[in-house]
Amino acid sequence: MRHLMSPLDFTVKELSDLFDLAEDIEHNPAKYSHACAGKKLATCFYEPSTRTRLSFESAMLNLGGNVIGFSDAGSSSAAKGESVSDTIRVISCFADICAMRHPKEGAPMVAAEKSGIPVINAGDGGHQHPTQTLTDLLTIRALKGRLDNFTIGLCGDLKFGRTVHSLIHALVRYENIKFIFISPEELRIPDYITDMLKQRSVPYEEVIRLEDTMADLDLLYMTRVQKERFFNEEDYVRLKDFYILDKTKMKLAKEDMLVLHPLPRVNEISVEVDDDERAAYFKQVQYGVYVRMALILTLLGIHVD
Amino acid sequence: MLNVGKIEEGFVLDHIKAGQSLSIYHHLRLDKLDCTVAIIKNARSGKMDKKDILKVECDIDMLNLDILGFIDHNITVNVIKDGMIVEKKDLVLPKQIRGVIKCKNPRCITSIEQELPHVFLLADEKKEIYRCKYCDEKFDKISFYKY
Repeated sequence: MRHLMSPLDFTVKELSDLFDLAEDIEHNPAKYSHACAGKKLATCFYEPSTRTRLSFESAMLNLGGNVIGFSDAGSSSAAKGESVSDTIRVISCFADICAMRHPKEGAPMVAAEKSGIPVINAGDGGHQHPTQTLTDLLTIRALKGRLDNFTIGLCGDLKFGRTVHSLIHALVRYENIKFIFISPEELRIPDYITDMLKQRSVPYEEVIRLEDTMADLDLLYMTRVQKERFFNEEDYVRLKDFYILDKTKMKLAKEDMLVLHPLPRVNEISVEVDDDERAAYFKQVQYGVYVRMALILTLLGIHVD
Repeated sequence: MLNVGKIEEGFVLDHIKAGQSLSIYHHLRLDKLDCTVAIIKNARSGKMDKKDILKVECDIDMLNLDILGFIDHNITVNVIKDGMIVEKKDLVLPKQIRGVIKCKNPRCITSIEQELPHVFLLADEKKEIYRCKYCDEKFDKISFYKY
């Protein structure tokens, strides 16, 4: 039985197959509309995340399956003190596949060890969020036609941003990728990431100002400065407005540069950028549904001819 | 110079970094064994200038080589029988360490899940870096020696 804990659980070839399937789903949705008839997805969300949960639920419903689950720990047996290990054993009797989000890092892995059904990590604290990475990769591949030969700028909270860390780990497996890290000093990319890039001879630069590098980028990945990652409010208030993408900065960018964002945004991308053809962040949400559909089919071992 | 007698059966851990013998004593749980243990601190060493030595009179099977390899794979393990060295065991960094060190990340699932073993995996053999199996928290070896 296969689970998804990290985006690196899949080889480059397996990812390619997954994205082929996701693109086929995009172009032929009717073909897959009953693929999961009679199957149930359990969404076990120990912390609120409307977007990811609804994306999973939408994916399963699009496949003709059903959905059960809970959307916060308070409405689950966790409130009574039940362990993750016990909960997943119980859920395994109710559903065919489980998507789990948990504030504690590694909780979905504990679940996978005890589970009788495939478990998808839908986000574990600041650790991993593999389906977001799969979404990012599919969006890039679908809109650019490739996953190699890019200069990608990653902007904002690069210290705590798990989506950024996962995306970097996933992208280094492709040829000729250059990273430009754009962040304030306080939220710089961690050393273990830059060490890894040095070891693999992957080129990177660290810059302070977004304007200085806009013209070089093929992709710009914006991130939110998340309040919950800070220990005090003062630091958060001081840093959150540091990097705001607006029309003026977009004028410096290439005509075919794509802007991605894991969402939700607060104010790091001005709404005036939304109508720009290069803004790909709402398309990204749609690709998130396709890739989750492809993932559910793959982990359940369902083939549609 | 202080003289410590030979042991008849057991093991001698030689070339322990000076000052680390007590830490090793605790991690090997030698305090739980009802046998003779000699802890020699700051012995003169041609190779290391100063070193610690542990002499333990017990069955060699009672020694957890994984823990020892994790603490310091340069330690020499001499197996003693009838007062003679009959074997020298090579230590290697274990791929996995289970139930020896605890994950200190307060956001790790091991901090709340009952009965979950603390498991660390060897992430970088060259730099001797271990990471928590569940949350990838890096283990700081320096804190291991604080007793």
